[in-house]
Amino acid sequence: MGSGYEEIQHTADWALHVWAQDLTGLMQQAALGMNALMGVRLTPNGRLEHTFKVAAGDAESLLVAFLNAVVYEMELDSVGFDTFELKLDGLQLQARLEGAPLLELQKNIKAVTFHNLEIRSLDCGLETTIVFDV
Amino acid sequence: MIRLQDIKKINDYEWEIPQSFRKDMRVSVRLFVTRRLLEDALDDQSLEQAINAATLPGVMQPVVVMPDMHQGYGFPIGGVAATRLTDGVVSPGAIGYDINCGVRLLGSQIELEAVEHVLSDLANALNRHCPSGVGVAGNYHLTEAELDQVCRLGARWALKKGLATAEDLLRTEEGGSLDGADPAKVSPQAKKRGLNQLGTLGAGNHFIEVDVVDQVYDAQAAQAMGLREGMLALQIHCGSRGFGHQICTDYVQDLQSAVHRYGIKLPDRELVCAPLDSPEGRDYLAAMRSAANYAFCNRQLLAHAARQAFEGTLAGVVKNWQLSQVYDIAHNMGKIETHVVDGKKVKVCVHRKGATRAFGPGSLELPEVYRSIGQPVLVPGSMGTASWVLVGTAESMTRSWGSSCHGAGRVMSRSQAKREIRGDRLRSELEADGIHIRAGSLPGLAEEAPRAYKDVDEVVETVHAAGIARKVARLRPVIVIKG
Repeated sequence: MGSGYEEIQHTADWALHVWAQDLTGLMQQAALGMNALMGVRLTPNGRLEHTFKVAAGDAESLLVAFLNAVVYEMELDSVGFDTFELKLDGLQLQARLEGAPLLELQKNIKAVTFHNLEIRSLDCGLETTIVFDV
Repeated sequence: MIRLQDIKKINDYEWEIPQSFRKDMRVSVRLFVTRRLLEDALDDQSLEQAINAATLPGVMQPVVVMPDMHQGYGFPIGGVAATRLTDGVVSPGAIGYDINCGVRLLGSQIELEAVEHVLSDLANALNRHCPSGVGVAGNYHLTEAELDQVCRLGARWALKKGLATAEDLLRTEEGGSLDGADPAKVSPQAKKRGLNQLGTLGAGNHFIEVDVVDQVYDAQAAQAMGLREGMLALQIHCGSRGFGHQICTDYVQDLQSAVHRYGIKLPDRELVCAPLDSPEGRDYLAAMRSAANYAFCNRQLLAHAARQAFEGTLAGVVKNWQLSQVYDIAHNMGKIETHVVDGKKVKVCVHRKGATRAFGPGSLELPEVYRSIGQPVLVPGSMGTASWVLVGTAESMTRSWGSSCHGAGRVMSRSQAKREIRGDRLRSELEADGIHIRAGSLPGLAEEAPRAYKDVDEVVETVHAAGIARKVARLRPVIVIKG
């Protein structure tokens, strides 16, 4: 099934359908999809690295916590990321993000929501739909 | 999926989804809509979300939905739910991420005709004085101690700094300062986001708009508000910025486990909640009030910046360039209020998400000047269209938890708007109509095009005809500043 993301219609906010072979892949695709929605463009120079850890009680909460942490890091330092290296240990996630200062951010995301959030198992992987407040 | 035949018509402007529609509903849903607006609402998930809101523990009869409703996340935009203080819950998702997003209106004695030739300069000055756009920092760089003061004092912090007048605060909901805010209940992450964003507009649907008072419908109320036909007015629409977003994010995440602890079953995890009378519920309320105060202060500082822009541009052009506060009101908020239900006073937590408080005449919460006419209700339009000033009514107190609509309400998705509308063409069209536009992003402008929203006049006619608010004045935009 591979992995990827596509935007889903939503009246006021943004929604992404995301799929991947495993939870790590799902998180990476969700982060890349979020980049696409926000219109992230990075400066060619000044590569940087951010690391953080998040933990949660279930996979959906972990996904939301991870994406919200990315939103937080971006806003705080006016940076963006194009590489998401993630290590999962149960429901604890260690993230190493690579990126650069923002050249352009067309629109920011206020928050990643739990609205109707469910990670579904398929024969060959996982899929979910995430709604973002913008 | 709910269908039109599942919804009971009460009259032309009021409909009901009975409690019996779904087994887990604790109360019915009351919709203030015309049949046409109701049919539109069936196209998205707003009614489903209102039904979900009717399952919250301790929710009181009824959940109310306004004509500008649209699908949100968890709770519909345009929704109002009151929960009993004794056994009810507070739900951060039912208030929203932009805590105390709201609108401030200032009036003036500046005739449009006298300043038409300098409107472009005024637009530039407003754009220069009022920081806006994605990731743009403000002019106030707070220490953590100062941020804590803003959390506790709200707009009173600005008064202490000489950036507000006593009259501004008097004409602000709660005097611009909610009691019970506790910055100790705010995460370090939220505080970091809040340090540099005070006094900024942000982006998205937030705006500063200069309008002309186009038509007055209630001369007595308009006079009390200082609004006269042909004179300029200024609207500021924004909220608590990243500070509020982070507070809501933190509590929606934290309360995921609280619902299990309290044995609360919900149809949507975004409606996560905690009993009002629990440590988790009290902590959230204390943090939410901190964000609400931050937002009151934010709009106050933007009003101060706008006044500087008016003075810088209009001094020498007109004799009186002053902007006087009409009112400042939240439309994303949770408030502890006393309402009369079945003849008895009941304390409730009113969740308003995309809905405006609309207290009627006689409410002691209102400043003296508005006590006889009712609370001003500010209903912004969508750039090219009108905005409205209404007042709350006695009926809003008994039928809609003292609430009314908050805007036009989206009808077109952002991606569809960007596909169908070109930002540069839209800007040209609006400017041809005499509206001076300053926008940080053309795609962002396209997303917020008037076509992406419902007809604000129809929304206002609906609440007026339903009796939950009354028309006072109609405003027409002449300058729009978007981030």
